Amino acid sequence: MNPLIIPLSHVLMLAALLFTAGLLGLLIRRNVIFILMSLEVMLNAAALAFVGASAHWGQTDGQIILLLILTIAAAEVAVGLGLVLQIQRRFKTLDLDVVSRMRG
Amino acid sequence: MTLALFYIAGAIALAATGIALTRVNAIHALIYLVVSLLAVAFIFFLLGAPFAAVLEIVIYAGAIMVLFVFVIMMLNLGNRGTVVEQEMMNPSVWIIPSLLCLILLIELSLSIASLKSETNPIVVSAKEIGISLFGPYVLAVEIASMLLLAGLVAANHIGRRLSKMDQEKDEG
Repeated sequence: MNPLIIPLSHVLMLAALLFTAGLLGLLIRRNVIFILMSLEVMLNAAALAFVGASAHWGQTDGQIILLLILTIAAAEVAVGLGLVLQIQRRFKTLDLDVVSRMRG
Repeated sequence: MTLALFYIAGAIALAATGIALTRVNAIHALIYLVVSLLAVAFIFFLLGAPFAAVLEIVIYAGAIMVLFVFVIMMLNLGNRGTVVEQEMMNPSVWIIPSLLCLILLIELSLSIASLKSETNPIVVSAKEIGISLFGPYVLAVEIASMLLLAGLVAANHIGRRLSKMDQEKDEG
C-alpha cells in the first residue's frame, strides 16, 4: 500500500467535525469576538474540504476557491471587528443579547 | 507515515479548536485558534497543496488573527468580561445546541461514509494556480479585489469615532 494515500472521506470527515465545532461555538457563545472566531473556524473547515477535493482530482480549482474564501474571511473580519468597536463604545459590553434591539 | 501525520495534525486541529471556543479569555482562545490554523495548514501541505498551506499561515494565522489581537488590545477589557462568560457555561445554555449540532454531524458523516475513494495527493504547484488565476478565473480575481475594497471602506466607515454631535444626540 502506498503510504502517501489519504482517504478523501477522512479529509471530509475532519472538515465536517471542524465545521460542527465552529457551529456549536456560534450557537452557545454570546461574546461578539468569540462569534467571529467561530465563523473563522467554519470558513476554514469549508476551505479544508475544497483543498481536499483539489488534491483528490489534482485540479487547481479547489485552491483558487481557498483564495476566495481567504478574501471573504478578511473582509468579513474587518467589518465585524469595526462593529465590535462600535458596540463596545455604545453599550459598554460585548454581550450580543444587549444589542438585540434594532434601535439606537 | 503520511496517514499517521494526517491523523495527528487532525487531532491537534480539533482539540485546539475545541479548547479555543470554550475559553473565557479572548487572548488565550486566539492563541489556541492559531495552533488550530497551523495544524490545518500542515494538513494542506500533506494534501499536496504547499501554496495553500503558505497562504493559510500568512493570511489566516498571521494577518487575520493579528487583527483580532489589535481589536482586543484596543478594547482593553481586563477581567470584566470573564465573570459574565463563566455564567453562560452552565448546561442549560449549551445542551440543546449541542444536540442539534450532533444530529447535523451524524447526517454529514452518513453522507461522507458512502464515499469509498482514496486520494493520492498530486502536488499542485503555485505556477499552475497562478496560470488559472489569470486565465479562466480572472473575473473572480477582479471581484475579490472589489470585495476587499468594499470591506476596507465599510470597516473605515463603521469603525470611525463618533463625532461630538453624535455623542450629544445619543445622550440627549
